[in-house]
Amino acid sequence: MVQVRQSTIIDAPIEEVWAILRDFNGHDRWHPAIASSEIDGGEPADAVGAVRHFRLADGGELREQLLALSDKDRRLSYCLLEAPLPLMGYVASIRLKPVTDGNATFWEWRSEFDPPAHRRDELVKLVAEDIYRAGFAAIRNLLARRDAAMPAEARPAIMPSRPTGAASRSIPAPAILAPSLDTRETTRAILVERYGGPEVLELKEIALPPPAPSEVRVRHTAIGVNFIDVYCRTGFFDLLRLPGVPGMEAAGVIEAVGSAISGLSIGDRVAYACPPVGAYAERRNMAPDLLVRLSDDISDETAAASLLKGVAASFLLHDVHAVRPGEVVLIHAAAGGIGQLLVQWARHLGATVIATVSSDDKARIVEGLGAHRVIVYSREDFAEAVMRLTNGAGTDVVYDAVGADTFGGSLAALAVRGHLVSFGQASGPIGNWDVGRFASKSITVSRPNYGHYTDAPEKLAPHVDRFFAALRQRAVRVGQPASYDLAQAADAHRDLEARRTSGALVLLP
Amino acid sequence: MTKVYVSSVIPAPAADVWKIVRDFNGLPGWAPFVAESRIEQNAHADRIGCIRSFTLKDGGRIREKLLALSDYDLSCSYAILESPMQVENYVATLSLTPITDGNLTLAEWQAEFDCAPGREAALTQQIGSGVFQAALTALKQRFGR
Repeated sequence: MVQVRQSTIIDAPIEEVWAILRDFNGHDRWHPAIASSEIDGGEPADAVGAVRHFRLADGGELREQLLALSDKDRRLSYCLLEAPLPLMGYVASIRLKPVTDGNATFWEWRSEFDPPAHRRDELVKLVAEDIYRAGFAAIRNLLARRDAAMPAEARPAIMPSRPTGAASRSIPAPAILAPSLDTRETTRAILVERYGGPEVLELKEIALPPPAPSEVRVRHTAIGVNFIDVYCRTGFFDLLRLPGVPGMEAAGVIEAVGSAISGLSIGDRVAYACPPVGAYAERRNMAPDLLVRLSDDISDETAAASLLKGVAASFLLHDVHAVRPGEVVLIHAAAGGIGQLLVQWARHLGATVIATVSSDDKARIVEGLGAHRVIVYSREDFAEAVMRLTNGAGTDVVYDAVGADTFGGSLAALAVRGHLVSFGQASGPIGNWDVGRFASKSITVSRPNYGHYTDAPEKLAPHVDRFFAALRQRAVRVGQPASYDLAQAADAHRDLEARRTSGALVLLP
Repeated sequence: MTKVYVSSVIPAPAADVWKIVRDFNGLPGWAPFVAESRIEQNAHADRIGCIRSFTLKDGGRIREKLLALSDYDLSCSYAILESPMQVENYVATLSLTPITDGNLTLAEWQAEFDCAPGREAALTQQIGSGVFQAALTALKQRFGR
């Protein structure tokens, strides 16, 4: 039997915290791991014996039974009935206590269970961190957002209730608690509180603390919308922890700098294309390492619309596969944001460019960008078309971010010793392939990850410089991006996913 | 029966706070209103049933009997035998709970007692604010906040 015990202080009155936690069926509204929950048989959630049946964000299903609920002691106990993990005999309880000097709440979450010996440490860590500590953080964020949404003076003056005749509240609040509400700044941001469709992108007012000593604050002027934001929104990538603000690309102006920052000043124009998420906001704090300075000839909208795609195009065409003059290059989704850059840049590098698109309208766009041949893949088999256009030789390299629908065809379209660069899966996962069969053409397959080429200033800088140089030489052009108000982020995602767009999308705060 | 409850977050690990508060004869070392203290009959301060006799800075004298001491639960309970406060059946418990987030301590101090009708509010104020919370505030300051 192991015991797990975690506890914290929440800077809110005990009634507010208890109102959230006592709802045995409400955990899907605050805990980041939980996607949905319901009570079996439609019983009330506060009936002792009720069973909650819930689904995790990763798909696992669990059932837990309420063993005890006390509004007097503010304690709730429950046990696990069914789970995808061997948490044998798991019994847990949540207990709150008021902190009377101040208006805070002590929260303890503890449990006992019998794990299999070889998974003991792993399961203890999972329970302590991914369930309990993640829950603490989620409640803290939830309450901070409520504070932010409600001016301090408008908050209900809830006194912590104590047993009869409590002590006077004249003693000052403890210094370890968060700064007073009066000093909290807020910013408008798109907040994802649960993974799902575009409708989960909601505009909220959230707290914005002062930048840490090693951070700067950026006031965004334009925010890039990328397909990776969709993966974050749906929970496919774990880059966005709930509740969280999506977005990894933006341009703007430095508004404040932390005390340990040198080399950047208030008023500097910057852009970035990197994790952590948080770009769908008017303002944010972030580490400055991967900020890129903007020169006067690069507009904010251009930077926000193209930095991520431009940097990716740079390492795809120069590092993952160094495109040489005379090579035949196949580019899928060529009318999309990154596709347009790849077509122009590959042509500038001297390659013969074959592009695939989904419609005649998009074919015209891509022809205008300089593609030598354009295949409308909804009308003809692109692998056969490539073989016909290359007299049976195939292509030297394929850039494929479409995934499920194209991977097999891309392999078929390759020349002997060809290189398939699989850098996305907009149509779904590529599935399992027998690597042994790649020997039939001595095929190379690459699966590059953006972070591995850009997660340090010295890795990122050459690509940024090369991309901005290409923009200045007009080797690549970035069309006017389609722009949406920040509040309309959901519409932008709908259009992106419905493939109604060509070129880049930006949000304007 | 009247109840008093106060609590504070002490900015130190529970084991460190417990070293100070477990000494039933140690009030003068941290409670700002206690002048001196001794254990009657030369008993050990952690012997259940021992009696501490202490003098307040305002001159009052109090005798309290140790009812329970737990190094496992980090709690200490005692009853008042004699005091100038005119309370009966007074039993108090001081307990510590670790706050794992930040390695801090929740200190809770609660008491139950009987008193003459009409004196509940004044006694609650005196004990809760004047004694318990004042002592916990002193404990907090001792650990640097």
